[in-house]
Amino acid sequence: MTGTMNWFIFTLLSPLIGGLLLAFIRQPARSSAINIGFSCATLIGSLGLAVAVLQQGSHEALAGFFFLDAYNVFLITLTSFVSLTTSIFSGPYMRFEWLHRDLPEQRLRLYHAMFQLFVFGMLLGFTTNNIGVLWIALELATLATVLLVSLYRTPASIAAAWKYFMLAGMGIALALLGTILIFFTSSTIFGHSNDALTWTLLFAHASELDARVMMMAFAFLMVGYGTKIGLAPMHAWLPDAHAEGPTPVSAVLSGLLLNLALYALVRFKMLVDGATGTAMAGHIMIAFGLFSLCIAALSLHKQHDIKRMFSFSSIEHMGLMTVAFGIGTPLANFAGLLHMTVHSLVKSGIFFTVGHAAQAMGSQNMEQIRGLIRHHPGIGWGLLIGTAAIAGFPPFGVFTSEFLLFSAILDTHPWLVLPLLTGLLVAFAGLFRFVQPMVFGQAPEHAIAIKANMLPVYIHFALALLLGLAIPGPLANWYEQAATLIAGGAPL
Amino acid sequence: MGDVMLQEAISVAASLMLLISFALLAQHRLLSVLHWFAAQGVVLALTTLLVAVISGHNELYFSALMTLLLKGALLPWLLWRIIRKMHVHREVEPLVNMPVTMFIALTLVLVCFYVALPIERMSQLVTHNTLAIAMATVFLSMLMMITRKKAITQVIGFLSIENALFFTAIGATHGMPMIVELGVAFDVLIAAIIFGLFFTHMRSTFDSLDLDVIQEKSKR
Repeated sequence: MTGTMNWFIFTLLSPLIGGLLLAFIRQPARSSAINIGFSCATLIGSLGLAVAVLQQGSHEALAGFFFLDAYNVFLITLTSFVSLTTSIFSGPYMRFEWLHRDLPEQRLRLYHAMFQLFVFGMLLGFTTNNIGVLWIALELATLATVLLVSLYRTPASIAAAWKYFMLAGMGIALALLGTILIFFTSSTIFGHSNDALTWTLLFAHASELDARVMMMAFAFLMVGYGTKIGLAPMHAWLPDAHAEGPTPVSAVLSGLLLNLALYALVRFKMLVDGATGTAMAGHIMIAFGLFSLCIAALSLHKQHDIKRMFSFSSIEHMGLMTVAFGIGTPLANFAGLLHMTVHSLVKSGIFFTVGHAAQAMGSQNMEQIRGLIRHHPGIGWGLLIGTAAIAGFPPFGVFTSEFLLFSAILDTHPWLVLPLLTGLLVAFAGLFRFVQPMVFGQAPEHAIAIKANMLPVYIHFALALLLGLAIPGPLANWYEQAATLIAGGAPL
Repeated sequence: MGDVMLQEAISVAASLMLLISFALLAQHRLLSVLHWFAAQGVVLALTTLLVAVISGHNELYFSALMTLLLKGALLPWLLWRIIRKMHVHREVEPLVNMPVTMFIALTLVLVCFYVALPIERMSQLVTHNTLAIAMATVFLSMLMMITRKKAITQVIGFLSIENALFFTAIGATHGMPMIVELGVAFDVLIAAIIFGLFFTHMRSTFDSLDLDVIQEKSKR
C-alpha cells in the first residue's frame, strides 16, 4: 500500500518539478537533456505504479483525493511513455528549428517548461478522484498547449492558437456547466462537500442520482469534452492547432490530450449509465463518433498540409473510439482501449516522421514533399509503415483493435458496420492517395540532408506491431479488467 | 421574515445578472461593454455574499471577496489598460446585427426556462429558482463571444461565461467546494494572462485585434 503511494507521489511530482526547473534553464541543449531526464523519471514512476496497482487492485490515495484503477493506470503508463519518446524526439528536432527558424532561446525555455506542465496536467487529470479537479487539470493541459501551438509566433500560428483557445474555452465552459449540474443532483445525497464530486462515491451511488439531471448534464459534457476530443462538428480547432504548432506538440496533442478528454467522457458515461439505467448516453456517443468519422474521412481528401491531413486522421480514429465506448460491451471497450493505445503510439510516430520530412523538404505542403524513400530512406519507410499501420493493415495493432470492434458491433448494432467500414475505406483511400507520391517519386532539388532521429518512431511502430501480433498476457489481462470496469462491472 | 427578504434579494440579483447579459450584448462601444462586465463582477460578488448569509457556508465569504477583487476590479482594470494602450477602435462590430442578436437571445432565455424549470423544482435550496436564469446567462455570454469580431470583445465574452458559470454554481448548489472554486479561479487567471500575451503578439504581428484581419493575413 505504501509502495503504491510512493510511486504515485513520485510520478505526479516529477513533471511538476521538471516544469518549474526548466522554466529557469537557459541553455537549450541542457534543458532538452533535463526534459528527457524528467520524462524518464515519470515513466519509471508510472511503471512502478502500474505493477503495484495490478498486484494490489484499485485503491484510493491521499485521503481519497486520488484514485487508481486498471483504467487510469494504463493511460498513465501510456502517457508517460509517449511523453518520454516525444522528449527524446524533440531534442534534435527543436535544435534544428532553433537554428533554422531563429527561435529565441527564451522560446525554447517556454517550450520545455510547458511540455512538462502539460504532462503534469495530464497525469493529474487521469488520477484525480474529483470531477471538478478533472476539469481543472484538463484546462491546465489545454492552456499549456495553447502556448505551445503559438510557439513560432507566425501569423498563422497565432491565429490557430487563438481559434484553439476560443473553441476549447467554449467547450470547457459547457463541460463545467455539466459538472455543476452533476453537483446539483449529487449534493442532495452527499451534502455540500467534496464528497458530492468524488467519482468513486458517485459511482457507488449512481442509481440514486436523478436520471433527468444526469442526462442533461451528459448532453453538456458530451459537447464540452467532445470539443476537446475533436469530435465533429466541434473539431474546427484541431487541424489548425496540429498544423501550426511544433511537431512534438502535434504528436502529444493527437497522442495524449485527446485521450484525456475521451477518458473524462467515458468516466461520465459510466455515471450516467448507472443513473438512467438506459443506453441513451452510449447512443449519443455512437452518433457523435460516427459523424466525426465520416466528416474526417471526407475532409482528409481536401487537404494540402501534411500535418492537417494526419490530424483529420486523428479525428477519424477518435470518432471510432467514441463509437467503441458508446457501444459499451466489454468486448467493445477492450477494442476501444486497445485502439487508444495503438493510435497513440502510431499517430505520434507518424507525426515524428512527418516533422522530419517537413524539415528535409523545407515545407509542410504535400505537393512539395516528394521522393522521401530515395532521399531519406529512413523517413520514407517510416512514413510508409506508419500510414499502413494507421490505415489498419494487418499485422499492426490497429487492425486487431478494429477487428475486435467490428466483432463487438456485429453482436449489438449490426447496421453500424456498413457506415463505419465505408468511412474507414474512404479515409484509407485518402491517406494513400497523398502518401504514395510523397514516399516515391522524385525528390525536389531544394531538399536538404538532415540528421533524422528515427529511434522513437521505430520503437512506437514495433510496439504497435507487437500489440497486433500477440498482446502479452499481463497486458491483455489488464485491458480486460479495465474493459469490464468501464462496462459497469464492479470496481476491482 | 428575514428568509423571505433574502430570497427576494437573490431573485433581484438573478434578474440583474440577466439584465447585464442583455446589456453586454447590446453595447456598441467597447468601453461600455467593459463597464457592464465590471458591473457583472460586482453583482456576482454581492450574490455570493447574500448566499453566504443564507446558507451559512463560511467559505463563501472568502469567495465573495475574491470575486469582487478578481472579477469586479482586477480583470476589468487589466482589460481597460489593454484597450487604452492599444488604441483599439471604439466601435464594436457584431457579425449579426443587433435586432437579430436580441431575438436569438430572447429565444435562448425561453429555451433555458423550458429546460430548467422541471429540474429547479427538485431542489430544496432557497436559491433554486435562479437556475433557469443562470443557464440563460451562460448562453447569452456564449452568444456574445461568437458574434463578435474583435479579439478583445471575445475575451470579455469568455470571461463573462466564466462569471455566468460561477453564478450558476452559486445559484444551483450554493457554490462548488472550495478546492474546485480555487482551481477554476486559478485557471481563469492564467487564461487572462495568456490573453494579454496574445494581444501583444497580435498587435505586433498583425497590427490589429480584429479577427477578420487576422484570418486574412494568416492565410498569406
